[in-house]
Amino acid sequence: MTSPQGPIATTGEGPGSVPVPPVPVVAPEGRPWYQFPSSASLLGRAFYLVLLTFLTAIFLYPFLWAVSASLKPREEVFDNKLIPRHWQPSNYLDVFRGVPDIATGAPFQRWLINSLYIGALAAITVTISSALVAFAFAYFRFPLRNFLFGCVLATMMLPGAVTMIPVYLIWNKIHLTGTQYPLWASNLFASAFYIFLLRQFFLGIPRELFEASRMDGDSYLTMFWRIALPLAKPALIVTAVLEFKASWTDLTKPLIYLRQDDQFTIPRGIYNLLGLLGPSAGGHGDYQIVIAGTVLATVPMIIIFFLGQRYFIEGIATQGRKG
Amino acid sequence: MATVTATVPGPRQRARHWFAGFATRETWAAFAFLSPWLFGFVVFTAGPMVASLILSFTDYSIIQTTHNVGWDNYHHLVHDSKVRSAMKTTLIYTAMVVPAHVALSLGLAMVLARIGRLAGVFRTIFYLPVMTPAVAVGVLYLLLFNGDHGVINSGLGLVGIHGPFWETDPNWVKPSLVLMHLWKVGASVVILLAALMAVPQHLYEASAMDGASKWRRFWDVTVPMISPALFFIVIINTIAALQTFDEVYTAFFNASTPFGTDATLFYAIYLFQEAFTNFHMGYASALAWGLFLVIAVVTVIQVVGSRRFVYYEGDKR
Repeated sequence: MTSPQGPIATTGEGPGSVPVPPVPVVAPEGRPWYQFPSSASLLGRAFYLVLLTFLTAIFLYPFLWAVSASLKPREEVFDNKLIPRHWQPSNYLDVFRGVPDIATGAPFQRWLINSLYIGALAAITVTISSALVAFAFAYFRFPLRNFLFGCVLATMMLPGAVTMIPVYLIWNKIHLTGTQYPLWASNLFASAFYIFLLRQFFLGIPRELFEASRMDGDSYLTMFWRIALPLAKPALIVTAVLEFKASWTDLTKPLIYLRQDDQFTIPRGIYNLLGLLGPSAGGHGDYQIVIAGTVLATVPMIIIFFLGQRYFIEGIATQGRKG
Repeated sequence: MATVTATVPGPRQRARHWFAGFATRETWAAFAFLSPWLFGFVVFTAGPMVASLILSFTDYSIIQTTHNVGWDNYHHLVHDSKVRSAMKTTLIYTAMVVPAHVALSLGLAMVLARIGRLAGVFRTIFYLPVMTPAVAVGVLYLLLFNGDHGVINSGLGLVGIHGPFWETDPNWVKPSLVLMHLWKVGASVVILLAALMAVPQHLYEASAMDGASKWRRFWDVTVPMISPALFFIVIINTIAALQTFDEVYTAFFNASTPFGTDATLFYAIYLFQEAFTNFHMGYASALAWGLFLVIAVVTVIQVVGSRRFVYYEGDKR
């Protein structure tokens, strides 16, 4: 059995045969951005640059405002100065400590851990299960294939509201409402968009590679594990990263399923804090703390985006390409 | 292996062949690979759809005994003034946000396509808000658009405009939510930029040779060539706007902002409240199917209406 070591599989047809072409997530029809000719005149480009700089300021302003406000004392949150007159970085500690009398039960560190591990579980389970299913649609020939794939596509269009209540009742029936399982466990059963995305990718892998593996006597599962998965690494990362983001930012499911505040994810926790700290709920309007929490919820997403920027951009651009 | 027959097989033969397909090793393996999704599809999608339809004809509420109520829920739905106002709010918001979203993202993408190598940097900047959790956007909306102290009104004050009470004035809630939403156009910018860059340069050159003005070139070359991406953005954002929930729910329906009134009661929020606050699950199921119907009708109208405008390469029409 020739087992390829790295992601570059050789197929046993002699040296240099089919060094797997880098299968791009994005079909290579478009030029990469840096090759795009700038046809505008010098003056035109200068105008665009000024315009873009102005727009950049607008797009970045809410971030800067939030970071700045999160470092201010309560009275100055609304003074709309980007540089705080009085610095109060202890807001970030208050997020973890809770606010006396009002939101003592604000265990932000718990929410952070919850969000992290629920996000990780959601991402891992959906990636593996969707890869299996996507591979089945891409490689195997079997009856009902097109019909079933049509079902996959159809579920993508289905508004979540239609299934929301019965799905809740299912979790309720098996006594898992009020736990964190409903937030990720359904990802064990694959998800339509990722099936679509990964199938596209698997279709781009030359079929000979799989046939060669079969010739070597590999079982289907071995073939999937040894050939398909390593080659699909970029698409798998896209899937995992998109799902982690989706899980991290989700509010609806935590609203439906979580009850105790030590189970909350960060968005659910911030939603709670916002309600508790507001004046009409008996709080003092400690928005600086809510904002600090908001910043803490956003920063990991920004970091992940910069780490996996290529994957995000490609994943998103692929969505558009399917038209 | 498949047998190749020279003659066209009759229906019975084809049926036999088709059924024989189920007996092959490959089919068994395929269904084994598919099994996670097959299970999920039955249990979390198809089953719930049927259940939801059945529930919508009952007064199911988890707690009390359930009765069959026939068409009552749907009858109630049509006459429920809250449904009418929530649907109106949602539709008006959608009609405002989708064109604004498309215009802004297309404008940004076209500017980015013209500035050459810096495009990547700006694309990243425009994408960052997309990464922001919806709750964070809701919180930011609440604070930035605050009528008394918000930075938007302070900024307007600098140029001598007395800004409205965005959050409490029913006339200004939707425009301000649209503005906040536009902060998140980044994903569409990425999609449109990719589409713009895939337009073959020679088409522009040919068009310029024919003496077409820039404006003509935009309508005759750019728009048709990127129409599939544009269409995709319109559809996806319309469907999303009709289901608007997270940001608005955060800003207006938490324990301390009781001014979540008719003006901010979006359809999806009303549905959620009926289902999980009031436990009127039968009625909420009917509401869900109402939403489904509206989305389906709007999508079909868009698909049919787009036939004339969307151009797919290699299309033989």
